Amino acid sequence: MAESLIYRELGGTSRRYWRLLALLAVPLALGAVSYFYMEHYGHIVTGMDNQIVWGMPHVFAVFLVIAATGALNVAMAASVFGKTTYRPVAPLSALISLALLAGGLAVLMLDLGRSDRMIVAVTRLNFQSIFALRVILYDGFMASVGVYFWFLLERRMNRYIKPAAILAFLWQLLLVTGTGLEFGFNFRAAYDSVLYAPMFIAFSSAYGTAILILILLAVCRWEDRPVSDELLRRLKNLLGIFVGASLFFAVLFLSSKHELARSRDVARFLLFDGGVYTALLWLGQLGIGAILPLALLLRSQVSRAALAAACALVVLGGLAQMYVTLIGGQAYPQILFPGLVESSSFFDGEIHPYTPSVPEVLLGLGGVGFAAAIVAVALRALAMLPERLDQTAGPQA
Amino acid sequence: MSTDANEALSRRGFLAISAATLGGVMLAPGIRLIEIAGARAPEQAVSRQVRWGLLIDTNKCAPGCDDCVKACATENGIKDTGHPRTDAQWIRKVELKDLRSGRTHSVPVMCQHCEHPPCVDVCPTGASFKRADGIVLVDRHTCIGCRYCMMACPYKARSIVFQEITDQNPDVPRGNGCAEGCTLCVHRIDHDRQPACVEACTRAGHNAMIFGDLNDPQSEIAQRVAKYASTHIRADLKLNPGVRYQGL
Repeated sequence: MAESLIYRELGGTSRRYWRLLALLAVPLALGAVSYFYMEHYGHIVTGMDNQIVWGMPHVFAVFLVIAATGALNVAMAASVFGKTTYRPVAPLSALISLALLAGGLAVLMLDLGRSDRMIVAVTRLNFQSIFALRVILYDGFMASVGVYFWFLLERRMNRYIKPAAILAFLWQLLLVTGTGLEFGFNFRAAYDSVLYAPMFIAFSSAYGTAILILILLAVCRWEDRPVSDELLRRLKNLLGIFVGASLFFAVLFLSSKHELARSRDVARFLLFDGGVYTALLWLGQLGIGAILPLALLLRSQVSRAALAAACALVVLGGLAQMYVTLIGGQAYPQILFPGLVESSSFFDGEIHPYTPSVPEVLLGLGGVGFAAAIVAVALRALAMLPERLDQTAGPQA
Repeated sequence: MSTDANEALSRRGFLAISAATLGGVMLAPGIRLIEIAGARAPEQAVSRQVRWGLLIDTNKCAPGCDDCVKACATENGIKDTGHPRTDAQWIRKVELKDLRSGRTHSVPVMCQHCEHPPCVDVCPTGASFKRADGIVLVDRHTCIGCRYCMMACPYKARSIVFQEITDQNPDVPRGNGCAEGCTLCVHRIDHDRQPACVEACTRAGHNAMIFGDLNDPQSEIAQRVAKYASTHIRADLKLNPGVRYQGL
């Protein structure tokens, strides 16, 4: 670790900091009110039904979980792969990863039909279930990243950073693959493809890195901490690669669905006939989330404003992608009798409508607020970002 | 000579009949006892020797007839709340049409009670479970309402309860926020009665549904399955459901 780097907490006595916390308390409070409202009346007050069973809270939750695994990439590049440029932001990367995961899990847990039985979810595990496996993967990810994070901050433990980082890296890979396969192993026509595993690795890397860069730029601007152009150039290139990979896998996935006769109908639905899902796919996921940011990132000289804009677009595109994947995947009917036209009182054979309710959206935003509040409080409490990010780090990264 | 021979034969015949009768008298109770020993006493746990199943003859299932659906709703306390998209449906009639030939079918679809149920595989708490006799159920005490079973079921057979339920059938407890689906009327089966849908179909004279033990070669369902072509819904998934369809 470079001894020249002085890590410093956020200056927190200012009124500005308290205003920030008060601002973050708004989505938290609204999320809490929404949760109690849904808990009191049941899921009848949401836009979900027996056809669209996972709604807006899952869009936010899965996005946050996926982004959490990807936010760790920069830290892993520094500590596992020896990219010393990233060493100064490694603690921030690990912190954002933990915070996003906590936000995502909070939303997942609060959206349960029986959230009062949360304890059952952790005490009775069905080891056959990929979903339960994820519970273990979440805990393990939290623990391994937590240990890595501790070793980063505790100078006496610095020499154990690499083994801790390798463990966290492997766990990160397991978690994001498991989350992808949750869709990949599903029988629904829009899922049912193991491409979900590598595709989610690419998505997670893009979303997590974009969020990391946004927070880094925001904090440095907040405190006037100088950031080197070299660090931002490297982060910009890294994000460009991740967005490019996301686009590659999305195109591969959609074209493979379209190419195979058995899944062509669902591909046509998503690509051409799906209404809001088609619009969100083309404009949101592919346009705003991939092509536009790539156009911004692939230039040789990118201003900080353009970099921040590209990151914001990637995040918005990511939310659009999650909506298309989750809601669009459920909106397309499950085919029980291939080749026959189906109809029933349970809406077989129909495209299922879904309109998210306000409480659902607020619960999801509450999770975002929760993650942001964790980052804000931790940055104030712990010295985890250097005073100056325009110095080079030492060799022991 | 001939008289003697006849007498000898009749004596031999008499002895043979006597021996057979004696053997029958001695062995039959034993065989009957084995049968009784193999059967399940009321207080015993369910047995793996039994595989409960349904055979649905789509040729006898009339379009528009929903006797089975109504019987299920009455038996299990499933009420119409005026919100069809959120109301639970444990059994539904799916109308099918082949656009090329114009042929139509009307088939009841419920939980298919798979041998390899995806809902059980994905359930994080083990609340979705399969009994030894093949009936797939939800433990309402450990279901956390994650709805992963609903995502995983290829038959769209699960529902979730969206609001408080009052005036429930005591035999069929249901709960807000919990997943549920056809229990094959397990509370009736355990008292040697038929599922409500099958009973209603038979009572109305349609006889489109047969319930029984697929593992018992003497049962009507096993004999029908052995004699006539029948299939599963989405047989390609190789989940080996306990519900079979004839005439599809």
